[in-house]
Amino acid sequence: MSKQPILQIENLRVSFRIHDEYYAAVDGVSLTVNENEVVAIVGESGCGKSALALSIMGLHPLERTKLEGTIAFKGKNLLPLSVPQLNQIRGKDIGMIFQDPLTALNPLMSVGRQIEESMDYHTKLSSSAKRQRTLELLKRVGIPNPEKTYDRYPHELSGGMRQRIVIAIAIACEPSLIIADEPTTALDVTIQAQIMGLLKELQQQMKTGIILITHDLGVVAEMADRVAVMYAGEIVELADVNTLFSRPLHPYTRSLLHSIPSVQTRKEKLHVIQGIVPSLQKLPRTGCRFKSRISWIDESEHEKNPILREVAPGHWVRCTCYKNFYFPQDNIGDMNYGIS
Amino acid sequence: MAFLKVNHLKVYYPVRGGFFRRVIDYVRAVDDVSFELEQGETYGLVGESGCGKTTTGRTIIGLIKATAGEILLEGKDLTKLSRREFYHYRKDIQMIFQDPYSSLNPRKRVLDIIAEPLRNFEKLSPQEEKRKVQYFVEKVGLHPESIYKYPHEFSGGQRQRIGIARALTLNPKLIIADEPVSALDVSVQAQVLNFMKEIQKEFQLTYLFISHDLGIIRHMCDRIGIMYRGQFVEEGTSEEIFHDPQHIYTKRLISAIPNPNPQHRQEQVKLRQEIDKEYHNSYHQYFDAEGRVYPLKRISETHSVAIP
Ligand SMILES: Nc1ncnc2c1ncn2[C@@H]1O[C@H](COP(=O)(O)OP(=O)(O)OP(=O)(O)O)[C@@H](O)[C@H]1O
Ligand SMILES: Nc1ncnc2c1ncn2[C@@H]1O[C@H](COP(=O)(O)OP(=O)(O)OP(=O)(O)O)[C@@H](O)[C@H]1O
Ligand SMILES: [Mg+2]
Ligand SMILES: [Mg+2]
Repeated sequence: MSKQPILQIENLRVSFRIHDEYYAAVDGVSLTVNENEVVAIVGESGCGKSALALSIMGLHPLERTKLEGTIAFKGKNLLPLSVPQLNQIRGKDIGMIFQDPLTALNPLMSVGRQIEESMDYHTKLSSSAKRQRTLELLKRVGIPNPEKTYDRYPHELSGGMRQRIVIAIAIACEPSLIIADEPTTALDVTIQAQIMGLLKELQQQMKTGIILITHDLGVVAEMADRVAVMYAGEIVELADVNTLFSRPLHPYTRSLLHSIPSVQTRKEKLHVIQGIVPSLQKLPRTGCRFKSRISWIDESEHEKNPILREVAPGHWVRCTCYKNFYFPQDNIGDMNYGIS
Repeated sequence: MAFLKVNHLKVYYPVRGGFFRRVIDYVRAVDDVSFELEQGETYGLVGESGCGKTTTGRTIIGLIKATAGEILLEGKDLTKLSRREFYHYRKDIQMIFQDPYSSLNPRKRVLDIIAEPLRNFEKLSPQEEKRKVQYFVEKVGLHPESIYKYPHEFSGGQRQRIGIARALTLNPKLIIADEPVSALDVSVQAQVLNFMKEIQKEFQLTYLFISHDLGIIRHMCDRIGIMYRGQFVEEGTSEEIFHDPQHIYTKRLISAIPNPNPQHRQEQVKLRQEIDKEYHNSYHQYFDAEGRVYPLKRISETHSVAIP
């Protein structure tokens, strides 16, 4: 079964202007999303996950952002498109779900109207047909009483309900790609489980491609087909989800998997990644960007100009430092997280 | 005698309305909660958003007045104390807050931030004060020169450690940590959690650890209380709660945790569906006609469940 790519990102660089100088927050990222596939992007705060997502949606302030490379959506490069051209695609073919449902919703408009409004732009349905479709959507995202909820305002709904409304808006025009930036981070674990279930179900029904941005590796394990691990603007490892969790290679991926407390296994001490993520201005632009955080690893293990290399079919790793990587003595030993 | 004993604690927030802004109703944020902490242990309070965790913590530390019930610290009922008497006990209980970014005053130097509680409670010379602050700054793993810097010059994890240094200066016995790592990245989270365990041993601290992250609770806590709408549904050791949960609400909470093994995906979804079904089918065994839980019933030495 050959999969149809929906989104092909090639060598994307997203740079922001800071004091008259441009600094890349996303630095040479290539990534493909196929139909009916969930690709997760994980990494520390500030590594460029949202910057990447926003560039696909064309939501960066143009006067302070430089975009290079290509973002091809169904074969068509989005980057040179004008705002009206982008608006044709945004919301119709690409839906977006943000972390905080409150900021994504208009506080002064009933949620039913907001779902209808998302259809105004892209469809020519009569108002009764739109209402009908809105009620269907509300039902589909698991809102118990669609007629009643239609007239409610965002503040009258719980966080989980609001996120369902945001999802209803995102899927209103049956997009072929959904970008979900931390869709469950603000929610309780039981509601998170419901929203994850809902997204998975919708994705399977509609054969949608999903980019799922999260820092929760548990969510990744449950949702993703493939995973891209980002560090300081670059993808450092890319693999299918089973490989990533059972045979992680890059030191950053392995460190991340060690630093989360798990319900399954209890250990006295968690792994701590030394040092901090450098700011955009101070980021080393040559050599292995993770080098300073594994300072016990010999300099010669790193590549001068690390590239993302396919080390097994579909498994990509940046730099050579993974080959002889080990955790220092006082840290817990290396083991496969979650596989007991 | 328990180190801290919370006895039938109730905290109701008035809801005002109508023309005269009269009290028309109450939010029963904490509604008859009892639990005990032994010295040196870590007790976890877990539950969904709005179940009353923060209110419980803030009432123990005296920031909110109890509507009813007792809070006994080493036998002394804090709710009965006058302001002046309470002041004396205030030193023994410190709080660490969720957000290391907004809980530190950005215009103050680290020295002044950490010394603030000292200045309220102890009369030290500037030299003594500085020495003491530097002692704790080093304890939390920061450079002694850090005391002349401002909060924005530190990372999230470092800021949270500054907050912890401030909480430690008065030699507290009990630390209430309300979502202390929720705002931090996983790698920084690990640093703060490890550190909290280390200082617990060194300073013989007792923790009341509030979180909605069950992985963190499992990592940190000896015993756990599960809250639901202002009440306890279950209490037990970490082992009991995670391996032998009894209340359907607890089971649901635990089954909702994402499974970090992608190969167990299907089973996890199936488990969740089964427990959801059980939740709906057996709802009336666990909740009364008003949707409230029953009082806790002891089922073993350490394990209690809210069943009729
Ligand atoms: N508009 C902007 N102008 C300047 N710098 C920016 C802008 N937006 C983001 N940045 C910087 O770009 C980097 C990447 O930010 P981004 O928001 O993509 O991070 P992220 O991976 O989404 O992090 P988080 O997990 O915290 O959401 C950060 O260093 C951030 O400070
Ligand atoms: N000052 C207040 N006035 C009125 N109601 C309040 C006040 N503070 C909290 N509440 C209500 O009391 C209940 C318990 O709130 P609390 O903040 O203790 O919950 P929590 O368990 O800490 O939740 P979270 O996980 O979201 O922090 C909630 O219904 C909340 O809306
Ligand atoms: Mg982001
Ligand atoms: Mg709270």
